[in-house]
Amino acid sequence: MTTTAEPVRSAPASRAAGARTLIDKMFKARELAVLAVLVVMLGTTQIYNGEFLSEQGIKDLLLNATILALVATGQAVVVITRNVDLSVGSVLGISAFAAGNYLNGGGSPLLAVLLAVALGALFGLLNGALVSLGKVPALVVTLGTLYIIRGIDSIWVGSRQITADALPEGFVGFGHDGIWAVPYLALLALVVLLAVGYYLRSYRSGRDLYALGSSPEAARLAGVPVRGRIMTAYVLCGALAGLAGALYLARFGNVDSATGNGYELTVVSAVVVGGVAFTGGSGSVYGAALGAVLLTSINSVLPAIGVSSVWVTAINGILLLLAIAVDRILALRVAAVLRKKAAQMRSARHD
Amino acid sequence: MTQPEPDATPVLALEEVSKSFGAVRALRGVSLRLYAGEAHALAGENGAGKSTLIKALAGVHRPDTGTVLLDGSPVEFHGPADARDAGVAVIYQEPTLFPDLSVAENIFVGRQPTRSFGRVDHRAVKQAAADLFARLGVDLDPEQPARGLSIADQQLVEIAKALSFDARVLIMDEPTAALTGSEVSRLFGVVRTLREQGAAVLFISHRLEEIFELCQRVTTLRDGTWISSEPLAGLTEDDLVRRMVGRDLDELYPKQETETGEAALTVRRLTREGVFTDVSFEVRRGEIVGLAGLVGAGRSEVARAVFGVDRWDGGEVEVLGRKLKPGAPSLAMAAGLALVPEDRRAQGLVMDMSIERNIGLTGFAETTRAGLMNRRAERDRAVDWAVKLQVKYARLADVVGTLSGGNQQKVVLAKWLATAPQVLIVDEPTRGIDVGTKAEVHRLLSSLAAEGVAVLMISSDLPEILGMADRVLVMHEGRLAAEIPRAEATEETVMAAATGRAARGRDAA
Repeated sequence: MTTTAEPVRSAPASRAAGARTLIDKMFKARELAVLAVLVVMLGTTQIYNGEFLSEQGIKDLLLNATILALVATGQAVVVITRNVDLSVGSVLGISAFAAGNYLNGGGSPLLAVLLAVALGALFGLLNGALVSLGKVPALVVTLGTLYIIRGIDSIWVGSRQITADALPEGFVGFGHDGIWAVPYLALLALVVLLAVGYYLRSYRSGRDLYALGSSPEAARLAGVPVRGRIMTAYVLCGALAGLAGALYLARFGNVDSATGNGYELTVVSAVVVGGVAFTGGSGSVYGAALGAVLLTSINSVLPAIGVSSVWVTAINGILLLLAIAVDRILALRVAAVLRKKAAQMRSARHD
Repeated sequence: MTQPEPDATPVLALEEVSKSFGAVRALRGVSLRLYAGEAHALAGENGAGKSTLIKALAGVHRPDTGTVLLDGSPVEFHGPADARDAGVAVIYQEPTLFPDLSVAENIFVGRQPTRSFGRVDHRAVKQAAADLFARLGVDLDPEQPARGLSIADQQLVEIAKALSFDARVLIMDEPTAALTGSEVSRLFGVVRTLREQGAAVLFISHRLEEIFELCQRVTTLRDGTWISSEPLAGLTEDDLVRRMVGRDLDELYPKQETETGEAALTVRRLTREGVFTDVSFEVRRGEIVGLAGLVGAGRSEVARAVFGVDRWDGGEVEVLGRKLKPGAPSLAMAAGLALVPEDRRAQGLVMDMSIERNIGLTGFAETTRAGLMNRRAERDRAVDWAVKLQVKYARLADVVGTLSGGNQQKVVLAKWLATAPQVLIVDEPTRGIDVGTKAEVHRLLSSLAAEGVAVLMISSDLPEILGMADRVLVMHEGRLAAEIPRAEATEETVMAAATGRAARGRDAA
């Protein structure tokens, strides 16, 4: 029966392929658009101010973006499952202090980083358990843990402060040095980003996260272990926030009880600007990381072209709204293409 | 055909299974045995408990009492994954796809072919999906996203999904509802092959001829109880209907003869782009007009547009000579229109509010004076209608979420009848409610029509349409495909128009 059907099939199939590549392009365009905006922005600034992209300039850009990109990577994983983690700022703060406190007591830098990661993962586990078992909206649950973790942090830290001179030299050096203009921190973040991106794309459990965010009910019926996967996403997000805490310590050398305050909103903005839909199931960690680089670069661009940095917040907001508008327009375009294509296929089949 | 030995062990069986949801007893002591190499039909009216039974077999619901037997020994499915691992594949009535994932990924979610280190082999996923589609003889692109697929295409993806793991038990809940004739025969060919290879098949369809064509044995349910299990050979369609309904159809569909008057609702060339096109019809006073069609044909969307919940792009709507504006439900209400929506939990009621408050939602104009609500007036209005419709409740202050489905539906009806509508649109008025209440709702609609109300009734329940409607409008893929007078309306004529098999009937005059 396939042989006779062959000539009929090829015509609509090629038409379908045409529509598909268009859709593919649109989706990829979403990440490319962020990249393009970034390149244009940096390029224009360079023309305006020749010193902007010097070795030190690039290094600063990357250093500034690293920590936000790391946390945004984790956040993107959670947002893909149609959840959110608002506690990342608090987790970053408390892990940074824990790592610093341990180093102050003469601990080894490697163990300090692992400690921060483990602490973050632990808080991620708490968030994941509350969200998946309690069946309460993630926004509310993680708002709660945001305050709880910040509270614990304040009680524990009090008015103490970690300063760079109390940290081992190697650790601080790791936070500043790099290969030519590329800091070690950025390399580490890049490795993590690629690993998470690869996991999401190429492992069953990673694909499950997209399925889960796309339709939780269908995921349940398809036998996806929903609770386990949500836990995984939160643990990953927490661990990355913890790692970001350790890197924050290495970079700034200065941690107190207010570290990471309000960070969650910047992270969420980066994720949305990078094209990860809040309705779950679409977007990529690469987009989120690009969003983070874009947002932090604005901080450097404005002073370089002589604009007061008080504009940064407003511009971030405008970018966020623009990103959402672009997503909406793209979604409408894609829906129109798909509808047209479905109609073509239908008429082809009835011919 | 293979007739199993009486002492053969069923592959999958339910013994004396009961399941309740709150006060609703969906299944009461139901048994079912599925044998290898046999296609088994499950017959019963809407609300008889078929979907609950399937979900018990699929591990979605755990039975309250009774056991599930796999190869003769009791098992407990803790979730759909357990049932799947035991070789049970289910095609649900409503497609459950992931809109953001590709069609191929939808089929293999959680079971993708892998390469070294457990990495998903994307190329193999795509190839396997293409092979499945070739086997089903459909041209779907494995790489396109599931978003935007028509209902029929979504159903085909579901079927491919079920075929993709060599299931020992294949359960299909109305898989053919949205398919064309040639797609149905291809599907049946594939199912026959599977059955001959030793799979057990459980098949649900509201088209009786399909049951006779595909199956060897039938189990009938009525109101959640087991009625019979028997070989199909020797049965007639009438026998089957009698077992399913168990009562005279006249009693269930108490249609009164009424005088039809002037046109109360006139819809001319109504179009909402991409949803429905060029829909024209009228409903007269005293008339019940049925609006039939497959799920996704655009029936509810037309109702929503007429009432003003959704905007329309072209055409016009007139109620008793008054033109309505697009997207203005309050104007529609003022003109005498009422809409009892499809989904009473999400659209018809505020589940956390009391009966009294829910009924009161449509009556603020009446019960408010100088901007202040008169609670007494609200309560009187609610009592009045709750008693008229015989809603069973302990106190009016009870939260509607605690009522049974049938009583919830009565509250929705009360809420809208309290506005004294001239035109009443009811969307699936008896979905998921018990037979007794169903008959009450039908009696109510009939007496409303007798009082001169124009009723437009959307329903997927064909006997209900045939039993209650003076005229039947049939929609197919967003267009009005046929208008059939009561005398000519049969299951065949309506289904032929709904599936696009018949040429466009007489145009809406």
